[in-house]
Amino acid sequence: MATALSERPTRAMKAGVTTPGSGPRRRGSRWLTINRWTPYLLILPAIALELLVHVIPMIVGIWMGFIQLTQLYITNWSAAPFIGLGNYKVALDVDSSLSQQLFQSFGVTLAFTILVVGISFLFGMCASLVLQRSFRGRGILRTIFLIPYALPAYAGIIVWKFMFQRDNGLINELLVNNLHLTNDPPFWLIGDNAFLSLVVVAVWQQWPFAFLMTMAGMQSIPEDLYQAAELDGAGVWKQIRYITLGMMKPINAVLLLLLFLWTFREFNTPFVLFGSAPPDSANLLTVNIYSSSFIQWNFGLGSAMSVLLMLFLIVVAGLWALWNRKVSRDA
Amino acid sequence: MKTRIFTVGAVAVVSAIALAGCAGGSGSEGGSSSDNEGVTLTYWASNQGASLDNDAEILQPELDKFEEQTGIKVNLEVVPWSDLTNNTLAAAVSGQGPDVLNIGNTNAVTFQSTGAFYAFDDEGFDAIGGKDRFIESALATGGAEGQDPTSIPLYSQVYGLYYNKQMFADKGIEPPTTWEELVAAAQAFTDPAANKYGIVIPGGTVNASMHFSYIFAAQNGASPFDKDGNPDFTNDGMVAGVKQYVDLLSEYHVVNPSAAQYTESTQSAGDFARGDVAMYMAQTSSGNVLAENGMNPDAYGIVPIPAPEGGDKVSSFVAGTNISIFKNTKHLDAALEFVKFMTSDEEQEILNKAYTSLPVVNGVPADAFADEPEKLETWSEILSDYAIPMSLVPTVQAFQANVGGAVVALVAKAATGAPITEDDVRTALKEAQDKMATAG
Repeated sequence: MATALSERPTRAMKAGVTTPGSGPRRRGSRWLTINRWTPYLLILPAIALELLVHVIPMIVGIWMGFIQLTQLYITNWSAAPFIGLGNYKVALDVDSSLSQQLFQSFGVTLAFTILVVGISFLFGMCASLVLQRSFRGRGILRTIFLIPYALPAYAGIIVWKFMFQRDNGLINELLVNNLHLTNDPPFWLIGDNAFLSLVVVAVWQQWPFAFLMTMAGMQSIPEDLYQAAELDGAGVWKQIRYITLGMMKPINAVLLLLLFLWTFREFNTPFVLFGSAPPDSANLLTVNIYSSSFIQWNFGLGSAMSVLLMLFLIVVAGLWALWNRKVSRDA
Repeated sequence: MKTRIFTVGAVAVVSAIALAGCAGGSGSEGGSSSDNEGVTLTYWASNQGASLDNDAEILQPELDKFEEQTGIKVNLEVVPWSDLTNNTLAAAVSGQGPDVLNIGNTNAVTFQSTGAFYAFDDEGFDAIGGKDRFIESALATGGAEGQDPTSIPLYSQVYGLYYNKQMFADKGIEPPTTWEELVAAAQAFTDPAANKYGIVIPGGTVNASMHFSYIFAAQNGASPFDKDGNPDFTNDGMVAGVKQYVDLLSEYHVVNPSAAQYTESTQSAGDFARGDVAMYMAQTSSGNVLAENGMNPDAYGIVPIPAPEGGDKVSSFVAGTNISIFKNTKHLDAALEFVKFMTSDEEQEILNKAYTSLPVVNGVPADAFADEPEKLETWSEILSDYAIPMSLVPTVQAFQANVGGAVVALVAKAATGAPITEDDVRTALKEAQDKMATAG
């Protein structure tokens, strides 16, 4: 009887289920070993894949920034000469047009990110507020709002590209032929309007995520807080300001950080809309790095510029972490 | 019972995925390299026709013929020009790619400098039928001077000026013989209200923009590289050449501003085929593209692209598509056999007829123009008298990306209404040249 009982836990043990502290002392040290190593064995595949897919390529990328990896060496990386900070010097040499363009695109990207994050967050919050109360059609509206986020990025952006075509795109068809707002159909994919097109498409893609997060955040706010506030004489706006936003501070903080990091690194949208030679007004940092270096097969320079981008984002995340600590301390 | 169904299902799904993976990959199965039967080659073809499907239609029967003759199966993938360079690069770096591929001959020296491609030494040439078969100017595009070429010419092309015969006859204008005449003719045809323009340019296409910069710079007596192979984009001839091209839109307004959005050369063909423009500068293979767009060869004529009065009479560079073998292919003999097949007299006649391009081997008639001896004479004249070789430097790919990109930006600026001065052109070319300093 005792033997049969001890069999079952052992089999379960082997199948990976840990029953801490149980099992007959008869199995002794071997069982304890399995018990101890099992958690590590369980996370080993995840660690291995994370190293393989994430960490090692990142380290290789950083290393690439220190060597002269051009078309002459791409088939034999180990032969590429080590040039230390040479690539970084090229990228940051204020006299050259290359780094001037880099700084210009940095500015454009910052403006783009702040605009897109701000508008996406605003839209997300507004939509969440409206859809808090249940009403007929709420489910349908929620689904429609989430569609841009669910669409494959490439498919969505390509459709926008067609819509923005000057001669036979839907936007100009609406503006010129239907609403008669202007006689001369404007360009949306070249020139200054390109920035606007970029912001529109990026907001269209990002705001459902803000909507989702803020929606989830609002659900956790207890109803009686609102009732108490109403009893105290607070109007709708005051309620939103102090209760909704106040309670959601930690969620909003994370949401804004994520949106900032993702939008700053955005590559798909400008690349699909404009190709590898984007107009100056929409020359985002990632595409600029691509067209200044990778397209000339100078991967060392491209990696160096990408590392600079990463350093900037680390600084932003660091500053956010400091601010968040202050927020949590206040709260 | 349930487990059995489940296992069978799982096995089926896994095998389907595995097979799908094999089909798209480097596809090498079976056989030692000495026995080529049963070998499968992967071939990346360039987009020579009006569409990727058009290319597949033209090539597949020839590949089937090859399989019948030799037992070697060829998996075809047609890659658009905008992706071909990047895909080739990825293949060169990763070692995972096709066995044989097409390349634009302007990039031949850049690809050669990577060392990822098989160099055709005497043995290699013997395997494909000998060096002497090829037209010299075409063979010269295969690699840098003094080195074994890493690509073999496949289709030969030159640029010409296509003009709409009916539109010219209606206005009683003769096809232009100088650049000034071309501008005047274009102005006569331009009527923005009726959506009619004198000429169309592929304003957003990077590689075509580089081609035109090169040709017009040569017409102004200049070259983008000095005799040591260093970039020299800001010399007067280059600036004049680029300005000559951009002025069509910015100064004379004879181009539809929407052309600034054309990112593939085939989009301009549509405008010409529909009769929205009277003139169109394009390569030999546009004959096929226009036909696919419904334009009869009788409806248009060809003349060499004219030079400015007093300029050098250069109308084109020796353009075309070459074929290369990856050095790390597992089936070198089969690949060489395939290259031999594609450059054989029979295939050269068939393929160049289908693509309306010019054969690269001596003695093969250009059947595409069998019914139009006038056009053939013009194309041959351009190739022999008015075409110069493209610069054979390793940084030619960077040249294309930088100067092509700079010209696309200038055209975009012009399209949105800004005037383009000589200083604007010089600044743009200077920035392009600065970027060259970072290239290989």
